[in-house]
Amino acid sequence: MHPAPSVIAFTVLSGLGFGFLAFLGAGLVVPTGWAAFWVWGLGYGFAVVGLLASTFHLGNPKNAIRAFSQWRTSWLSREGVFAVVTLLVLAPVALFEIFGGFPLASLGWPGALLSLVTVFCTSMIYAQLKTVPRWNQWLTPVMFMTFALTGGAILSGFNVLSILLCVVLTAVLVAIFNTGDKRLAESGSTMETATGLGKIGKVRLYEAPHTGTNYLMDEMIYVVGRRHARKLRVIAVAFAAILPALVMLIAPEGSLLGIALALIFHLTGAAAARWLFFAEAEHVVGLYYGAR
Amino acid sequence: MTYRQPALDTSPKVSDEIRKTTCYMCACRCGINVHLKEGRVAYIEGNRDHPINKGVLCAKGSSGIMQVTAPSRLRHPMKRVGPRGSGEFQEISWDEALELAVSWLKPLREKDPEKMAFFTGRDQSQSLTSFWAQAYGTQNYAAHGGFCSVNMAAGGIYTIGGAFWEFGAPDWDRTKLFVLFGVAEDHDSNPIKMGIGKLKTNGGKVIGVNPIRSGYNAVADDWYGVTPGSDGLLTLALVHELFQAGKIDLEYLARFTNAPCLIKTEDGPENGLLLRDADDKLLVIDKRSGKPVPFDTPGVQPDLGATHKGCRTVFQAMAEKYLDEKYAAEAVAERVGISAERIKGFAAELARVAFDEAIELDQPWTDFRGDKHEKMIGRPVSFHAMRGISAHSNGFQTARALHMLQVLLGAVECPGGWRMKPPYPKPVEAHPKPHCGVTPGKPLNGPHLGYPLGPEHLALKEDGSPSRIDKAFSWENPLSAHGMMHMVISNAHAGDPYKIDTLFLYMANMAWNSSMNTRAVIEMLTDTGEDGEYVIPRIIYSDAYSSEMVAYADLILPDTTYLERHDCISLLDRPIGEADAAADAIRWPVVEPDRNVRGFQSVLIDLGARLGLPGFVNEGGGAKYKDYADYIVNHERRPGVGPLMGFRGNGEAVGRGAPNPDQIKRYIENGAFFLAHMPEDGSYFKPWNKSYQDWAVKIGLFDAPSPYLFSLYSEPMRRFQLAAEGHGDRQPPDHLRDRLKRAMEPLPCWYTPFGDEDAEDYPIHALTQRPMAMYHSWGSQNAWLRQIHGQNPLYLPTAIWEKHGFAEGDWARVSSPHGEIVVPVAHMAGLNPNTVWTWNAIGKRKGAWALEENAPEATKGFLLNHLIHELLPAKGDGLRWSNSDPVTGQAAWFDLRVKIEKVAARHQTEPNLPSIKSPVPKAPKHRRQGEEA
Amino acid sequence: MTELPQSTTRKLGLVIDLDICVGCHACVTACKGWNTENYGSSLADMDAYGEDPSGTFLNRIHSYEVQPTGGGCSQTVHFPKSCLHCEDAPCVTVCPTGASYKRAEDGIVLVNEDACMGCGLCAWACPYGAREMDRAAGVMKKCTLCVDRIYNENLPEVDRVPACVRTCPSGARHFGDFADPDSNVSKLVADRGGMDLMPELGTKPVNKYLPPRPKDRPAAAPLTPIADVKATGVAGFLDRLLEKL
Ligand SMILES: Nc1nc2c(c(=O)[nH]1)N[C@H]1C(S)=C(S)[C@@H](COP(=O)(O)OP(=O)(O)OC[C@H]3O[C@@H](n4cnc5c(=O)[nH]c(N)nc54)[C@H](O)[C@@H]3O)O[C@H]1N2
Ligand SMILES: Nc1nc2c(c(=O)[nH]1)N[C@H]1C(S)=C(S)[C@@H](COP(=O)(O)OP(=O)(O)OC[C@H]3O[C@@H](n4cnc5c(=O)[nH]c(N)nc54)[C@H](O)[C@@H]3O)O[C@H]1N2
Ligand code: SF4
Ligand code: SF4
Ligand code: SF4
Ligand code: SF4
Ligand code: SF4
Ligand SMILES: [Mo]
Repeated sequence: MHPAPSVIAFTVLSGLGFGFLAFLGAGLVVPTGWAAFWVWGLGYGFAVVGLLASTFHLGNPKNAIRAFSQWRTSWLSREGVFAVVTLLVLAPVALFEIFGGFPLASLGWPGALLSLVTVFCTSMIYAQLKTVPRWNQWLTPVMFMTFALTGGAILSGFNVLSILLCVVLTAVLVAIFNTGDKRLAESGSTMETATGLGKIGKVRLYEAPHTGTNYLMDEMIYVVGRRHARKLRVIAVAFAAILPALVMLIAPEGSLLGIALALIFHLTGAAAARWLFFAEAEHVVGLYYGAR
Repeated sequence: MTYRQPALDTSPKVSDEIRKTTCYMCACRCGINVHLKEGRVAYIEGNRDHPINKGVLCAKGSSGIMQVTAPSRLRHPMKRVGPRGSGEFQEISWDEALELAVSWLKPLREKDPEKMAFFTGRDQSQSLTSFWAQAYGTQNYAAHGGFCSVNMAAGGIYTIGGAFWEFGAPDWDRTKLFVLFGVAEDHDSNPIKMGIGKLKTNGGKVIGVNPIRSGYNAVADDWYGVTPGSDGLLTLALVHELFQAGKIDLEYLARFTNAPCLIKTEDGPENGLLLRDADDKLLVIDKRSGKPVPFDTPGVQPDLGATHKGCRTVFQAMAEKYLDEKYAAEAVAERVGISAERIKGFAAELARVAFDEAIELDQPWTDFRGDKHEKMIGRPVSFHAMRGISAHSNGFQTARALHMLQVLLGAVECPGGWRMKPPYPKPVEAHPKPHCGVTPGKPLNGPHLGYPLGPEHLALKEDGSPSRIDKAFSWENPLSAHGMMHMVISNAHAGDPYKIDTLFLYMANMAWNSSMNTRAVIEMLTDTGEDGEYVIPRIIYSDAYSSEMVAYADLILPDTTYLERHDCISLLDRPIGEADAAADAIRWPVVEPDRNVRGFQSVLIDLGARLGLPGFVNEGGGAKYKDYADYIVNHERRPGVGPLMGFRGNGEAVGRGAPNPDQIKRYIENGAFFLAHMPEDGSYFKPWNKSYQDWAVKIGLFDAPSPYLFSLYSEPMRRFQLAAEGHGDRQPPDHLRDRLKRAMEPLPCWYTPFGDEDAEDYPIHALTQRPMAMYHSWGSQNAWLRQIHGQNPLYLPTAIWEKHGFAEGDWARVSSPHGEIVVPVAHMAGLNPNTVWTWNAIGKRKGAWALEENAPEATKGFLLNHLIHELLPAKGDGLRWSNSDPVTGQAAWFDLRVKIEKVAARHQTEPNLPSIKSPVPKAPKHRRQGEEA
Repeated sequence: MTELPQSTTRKLGLVIDLDICVGCHACVTACKGWNTENYGSSLADMDAYGEDPSGTFLNRIHSYEVQPTGGGCSQTVHFPKSCLHCEDAPCVTVCPTGASYKRAEDGIVLVNEDACMGCGLCAWACPYGAREMDRAAGVMKKCTLCVDRIYNENLPEVDRVPACVRTCPSGARHFGDFADPDSNVSKLVADRGGMDLMPELGTKPVNKYLPPRPKDRPAAAPLTPIADVKATGVAGFLDRLLEKL
């Protein structure tokens, strides 16, 4: 799939935002006053910027409001609904902390849960797609959730938890890279099933329907070089998990500098991982174009 | 929750108006319904009532809307102001343009009309253009058939009095086996597709003989990946098999062909000609009496096995020739690239369907001898062939061999077989002969083109040298019935046979895809002599679009598009039609041009009047016709016979009748075409069918019934052989004698194509194919079609692909004895192992067609033409023959031999000619309905 | 609306005959032409005369080569592809706005452009590449099964078929109701073994493909000579041959 910057920004930032909001909502971090303003602002900021980014790739954003209507069937719709509900539910919590100086657990806990549900919904937008076997597995939501929690933990300044989550994230990434590579083959979809010509024999593309590109090819058929991908995977794991863990190991608990450094590493790694998530995902439509 | 869905208007208004006319996105000429909205063309669909396409349209037809609105359309008459090729033009008025043309053409006509050469491309108004050229008085006129497929036309006409092209068709409703030789698309585009679909749906079978398995060959049930240039040999091997097994329609041969005619044996100028009586009628031996009688004697039973005073029948000569072991499947297998077993299977399949699945129609008919037949016997095998056969230097003989094979099966003009469309069948004798009698200031002494029956009909000067600039109808290519447009520029440049002054071209992209040796042709067009003048001093050109050729003309006469003008698809020309009906059609301006352009035919008529040409001026010297529409209605070729057959006289007359001022109106009301069905008992066996012959006379196809025998043995060819042997007073130059003896064999034969002389160093055959969705160079200006074919790789067979270690995205250098190109390659498995190919005419010159300079057509696209020379490499005697069939002069495009080497991938194909300045404004970036500008 | 209807009264769709499709692209441009003027916004062509032309098409022809498992020469198959109007259409259920829907009365899958936000998710969900975003209009485009033709009272009855079907020169495209076992399409599917594309994905396509008939079948037995020419000579052979007359 084409790794569109807006979608990478959307999933990475909103994931981080909602992950952090989950920590805040659950009252694991309880800032007050101006600090609360900044901290909640950060959570809301990441979440909202991420959501806004997602609208950049809309062809017709004036209808975006309708995206809330189909929660019964559409994970994208659910994601929208939960995102908004989460932000609304957590708003009083934030306001109480900023102005009242104390947490509002009765709304905070549900808000935290909703945050994670939102991230889960985001992940399901991808995980549900049978057309992209690499995504169509339980590790996809796990990966999104782990990212959200790891980012949240780093932002919350929980060194030990961060390190633990970084270890989990490393494992999840390694797992998803490895299983992902086999998913298309395991899915059973081939050029032969795509064309129905397998009964005759082995199928290859002789001539594409057009010599130029089209929306489908631009969007769904993106080929990353193997060596290139290898390198990026190492970078992704190193930056998203290993470097932040090292920083958190060295930095004193609560050090803003440590948090910032770890976060920058983590976001860089997350962006790389997300880039790979899209770029390495083979859509079965590629089979029709003799590409995968 | 209940399921909700939006309300939808499923009956929206489709358009304001439908205007019916004829497509010209190619020469198939389907009927179209043009839907207009607010006066603009909104949608084009097929006309269901039309005889050609019955409602369907091809990819090009539906894309016509992108052609009539293409940014590449020329807008004004233009005069060249910069050097040739610079693309520097000045827009001028029509009056100025026409006066300029007259100032060039008039003095030439008075003094030296042959210095004006008028050649036209794939237009459909040859009956007008030739009439004009004849009135002008130059012998130098032809259309494009010489580089197209004259082998197929001439091979057919000299053998059976009709040809494939679009001039005949399988009896699609009844045929059970369709054999297709060397066709990618052809002119009969939609009918062939409809036919194949129908046949296969009926459970019939398609055999494809083609080095490449794409398109029609992809749906063929059996595919024979023949080695290019060897179909003649394959065909004669099939003939050998059929002879051996006696699977031949002897009855048919005896009655309808010259197989029972007798070949004279005595030495002298008549040796090898056929025995005739005092009235010049062919003689056959009547089995009942054992006596020679004229072939058309009522009740005659011609004896195929007869001998008479030492003469044998043609049939015996055929048996002797084709039973020879050199035509055995085993003997030819390697050369044709098909195993002996498959060749034998092929022959068996032909015989099985022709004889075991024969059909009978309960349709009594009477033949030309007056003999009555209770039934019509059908051999449900049909053939079609085109340029894969004809574009080789042995194509004429191969085409003859194919027709002979059809005839041996009795599968021509019978139910389930292949039939001709009016005005065919027409014996070769009924065609005009070439004329070259030039008198300054006067018309030519007759039509330019025709079918020579012997050396006496060649177009030679007193000294025996070629009279025509293209050397058509000379000893080099005696039967060049369509002229040799591909030789005009190089001959004129070389001054061989002479220099000309004005080259007048219409609708042919001679500076690009219709020339061999493109780059050199461009140089010839821009070359100057010692005096600084251009070697070809003046070039007038009519095009509708900003093609590559435009930059090389001095005066541009911009044409309309096909929806903006009158046109006439006439029985006098290349008509449309069906095997059981005559048909013709018109085009009319369904929209008015939005530019300062005029229909070329109207311009030609105007020029004719300004030049005072007979036939174009009335007694008072004024213009005889207002425009082409006026000409279509009022011109009469013979009394009562004009360009259109329908609605003549009072509106009811068909074929013959006085001009009817309402004729065009009536055509428009009728869907822009006219169809005249033949009587039911006349629609098969037409060359011999009394009922058909009488009908053809009635509607004016000819003036008296003209039944004839199929010429398995060709006397005209034998007459040229006789000349080569030294008989007669018109004698070929000595260096051509051997070649004539070989090429002019009167029974179909096969010889190695000339291109094979380079086989050792250049082992690979290189071909082009027409893409179904593109028409030559026109397609690339079409915003929809160019997305389908915007570039063309060279397809390589698995063996070559693997041998050179090619991978996707690789490039290759391809060289021929003449030049080299560097191009992208791709792999194709369904391909003859010694053949490479690409789509034809996708490559474009930078700056042409209103495309951006980095358009893939110009950076990744390419022409094979750069590798093909119009002359063959020098022989031992230092002479260079034209790269053409020695019989007809047909350009031998597919004789090309190449070798291949892998090179580093790159961004630009080679040769990369410098870009030309576009004579039209820059195209809009995006196209969206209503937002073009 | 992105729920799928429980069942549809009719199941309209296409049968595509791979045995006679010659790959001419006629259906491609007929579709482009009709849909540029009809249903929803017109189909745009970006960079129409430039380096990288890319337009919206609702139907495209792929060409494949198949190497038969049992050996023999490679076969070429032209393969048209447009929306298959799946019964379990994943493109519909993923749509967040409700723009994508499957009609209850005939099963046609459509995009309501007035509601589409152009997120592209439905195109991701479609395994067949049947949806293309129009880059000028920013809305999702797909085959409408010519819903504005097949019921259109402004068209003569014979023309109430999809534009691609009407134009296909070889007759490789058939339109009809798969819910009716006696319809032309149901019969074709039954007779010729009509097949689903990527059945493993569970989309239950309505459109079916007829597989190519077997190709390059071994030739019939060779012909038997009526005599041995070497023994009889041509003259003797001819006598034998002409006896038949
Ligand atoms: N390598 C290779 N070369 C080939 C062939 C091949 O098979 N292989 N095939 C050969 C054959 S058979 C042919 S017929 C030629 C064809 O080659 P050309 O005759 O050059 O054919 P086109 O490119 O179709 O168009 C000729 C010109 O007609 C112009 N034109 C289009 N419509 C109109 C109109 O309405 N009015 C006027 N006045 N002009 C118009 C076009 O703009 C174009 O410039 O190519 C030959 N060249
Ligand atoms: N869509 C479309 N239709 C067209 C045209 C177009 O440009 N586009 N052009 C029109 C014109 S001007 C013409 S002349 C006709 C020509 O129509 P076709 O005769 O179909 O011409 P080509 O496309 O040149 O195809 C030649 C075929 O012959 C095969 N071939 C080459 N050499 C051999 C051989 O030695 N033996 C055999 N058996 N096969 C061989 C090639 O593989 C190819 O398939 O098409 C007309 N129709
Ligand atoms: S075959 Fe196509 S381009 Fe040619 S006349 Fe017919 S519809 Fe037009
Ligand atoms: S083919 Fe694709 S777009 Fe059409 S219904 Fe099926 S999933 Fe949806
Ligand atoms: S692009 Fe339009 S139709 Fe497709 S899922 Fe998004 S909103 Fe729905
Ligand atoms: S049914 Fe209509 S919209 Fe669908 S592919 Fe055919 S022409 Fe296009
Ligand atoms: S129009 Fe018919 S034959 Fe041509 S590509 Fe489409 S389905 Fe195939
Ligand atoms: Mo041609």
